[in-house]
Amino acid sequence: MPEHLLSPGHTACAGCGQALAARLVIDTAGPNTIIVNNTGCLEVFTTAYPESAWEVPFIHSLFENAGAVASGVESALRQTGRLDQIRVIAQAGDGGTADIGLQALSGMWERGHDILSICYDNEAYMNTGIQRSGLTPTYTSTTTSPAGKASAGNPRPKKNVMEIALAHGIPYVASASAGFPMDLQKKVKKALAIRGPKYLHIHVPCPLGWRHEPADTYRVARLAVETGLFPMVEFEGGQQTGAYTLSAPKPVAEYLKLQGRFRHLFKPGAEAALQEIQAIADRNIARYGLVKPA
Amino acid sequence: MKDFIEGSDAVARAVALCRPGVISAYPITPQTHIVEFLASMVADGKLKSQFINVESEHSAASLVLGASAAGERVFSASSSQGLILMSEVLFNIAGMRMPVVLACVNRALSAPINIWNDQQDSMAVRDSGWIQLYAETGQECGDLIFQAYRLAESPEVRVPVMVCLDGYLLSHGLEVVDVPEAAEVDKFLPPYRPTEKLDPAVPMTFGPLAGPDYYLEIRHDLHAAMRGALKLIPSIAADFSRQFGRNSGGLVEAYRLEDAELAIVAAGSVCGTIKEAIDALRQEGVKAGLLRLVTYRPFPEEAVSAALAGVGRVAVLDKAISLGATGPIYADLATALVRGKHQARVNGYIAGLGGRDITIETIREIFTRLSGEEVSAGFVGLKG
Repeated sequence: MPEHLLSPGHTACAGCGQALAARLVIDTAGPNTIIVNNTGCLEVFTTAYPESAWEVPFIHSLFENAGAVASGVESALRQTGRLDQIRVIAQAGDGGTADIGLQALSGMWERGHDILSICYDNEAYMNTGIQRSGLTPTYTSTTTSPAGKASAGNPRPKKNVMEIALAHGIPYVASASAGFPMDLQKKVKKALAIRGPKYLHIHVPCPLGWRHEPADTYRVARLAVETGLFPMVEFEGGQQTGAYTLSAPKPVAEYLKLQGRFRHLFKPGAEAALQEIQAIADRNIARYGLVKPA
Repeated sequence: MKDFIEGSDAVARAVALCRPGVISAYPITPQTHIVEFLASMVADGKLKSQFINVESEHSAASLVLGASAAGERVFSASSSQGLILMSEVLFNIAGMRMPVVLACVNRALSAPINIWNDQQDSMAVRDSGWIQLYAETGQECGDLIFQAYRLAESPEVRVPVMVCLDGYLLSHGLEVVDVPEAAEVDKFLPPYRPTEKLDPAVPMTFGPLAGPDYYLEIRHDLHAAMRGALKLIPSIAADFSRQFGRNSGGLVEAYRLEDAELAIVAAGSVCGTIKEAIDALRQEGVKAGLLRLVTYRPFPEEAVSAALAGVGRVAVLDKAISLGATGPIYADLATALVRGKHQARVNGYIAGLGGRDITIETIREIFTRLSGEEVSAGFVGLKG
């Protein structure tokens, strides 16, 4: 048995949060797992022919169809009675999950396939050069939503895929972060013990797209959670059953100031935009009960 | 057993006899009857397959791709817009060398929206790396399914196969069809045992990124496999004929071509009408013949060229058009005849788009026009 099921030597950038999270996921899931991957960084940096970093069966088809391809893999395993021994994971980035891949994912959830779907959310189309996605946060500067004299960056809030997953009535929905490896592994293990569709939304910093130091990946990931901007929560049977709680949430500026994609928010005149982002964190804190009452 | 059934039913019964592990489709007229027949067989426990209703044709094709990669025999069916929505996945299935079999119930493409027959849909995906077979009769609709699985799953081919049948004309038309017994089919089609599949015992990566150093060779391999199918298709058809006692499939069918001076080249159900027209013309002393393309991709250049040797004037009847150019069969045929150093005059005609009837009179008109103006894409039956 190799030490890791996602081997070193792949071509991810230094400090890639997705590479870190993906290795934690597959090491937790174990060798009896089939990975179905949408097009994106993860597939590109792990499978450049004639090499592959994967020590488990892996299939990549297209950008938007992992939900459907995984449904086919699962149906084949069901047909041959192997679904008890082999787990299926469908994984994608934020664009492949929330935008172009959402229909196939919704179909997969609605049909009740026994599959864990994972979104590695780095909040933009990083593989094509940092373009805005439906999961790009408010006032992020990307190459297609650049901050400028007439724009404070992406004008729209992040789409709530967790709520979309919950609307399908699936048994397990959770969010995790590359900054909290043990929590992430616990959730993968828990999800895979449940039969039926499961959704795990993992926040993964991208040093290239977020423009932070590669050495700061872990710190940035943790600050997203510690400010309330990325709530780590769990839903079982449609009910919230867990949240990573904060004794004292940190101001969002602590998180934002480490990243070049938010640099424009620290110039004079951007105070209101900064306040709006703080208000998003405050709403998350209230909505998901991220601060325990004293 | 002989039965009076629709072409859709012939396809569904043939598919069931091939026992795919996974079937997935999305409803679109006129493909629906095929999948409805299969759904009811599964519901009645007569067919032990996973029948998965999906939310789009894109997902239907993706789902059978995944199931095929996991080692199962699979089936899907579509038409028109559905096939075009699938087209991204069709290229991917072929590139990944998945032996998927799909029935395309041929229908016109929008706009304007039109649910009737022509062959624009399958012709639009002719470059996808799928073998394309065109049925003439309800009997052949079913027979081509058996041959399609044999072909797709042959280790030396491993290319997906699309069985094309004209919407309504074949899919909804009733004919006496001889449906074989399961034991006979099992003798013709061995169980599917892929050499590679998604399996934790032997972990493999499917669908990698291939850069400029590799892509060209991988595409060449697919092309070579398609060209190799040109040898296998006739031998599978011959096997079929030996076992089931009737001729179906193959590369081309020559009808009264031996001494023909004029010939039409066409594919699909219209060939039945053309044969009747030829019989009538022969009675009148016109030496007319037909070359029916059963296999359109890979294009059987040599078989076409040999069959048309000695024919002076050739009319190609396309039920599709590469707008601004010519009908797709015309272009391929003209190339084949040039390469075969033919002296024949080749005219191209476009007919039957969007379900416009092609009658014996239409065929007579084409034969008449063949002696007149040279055209590469002459529309037949245009209203003034």
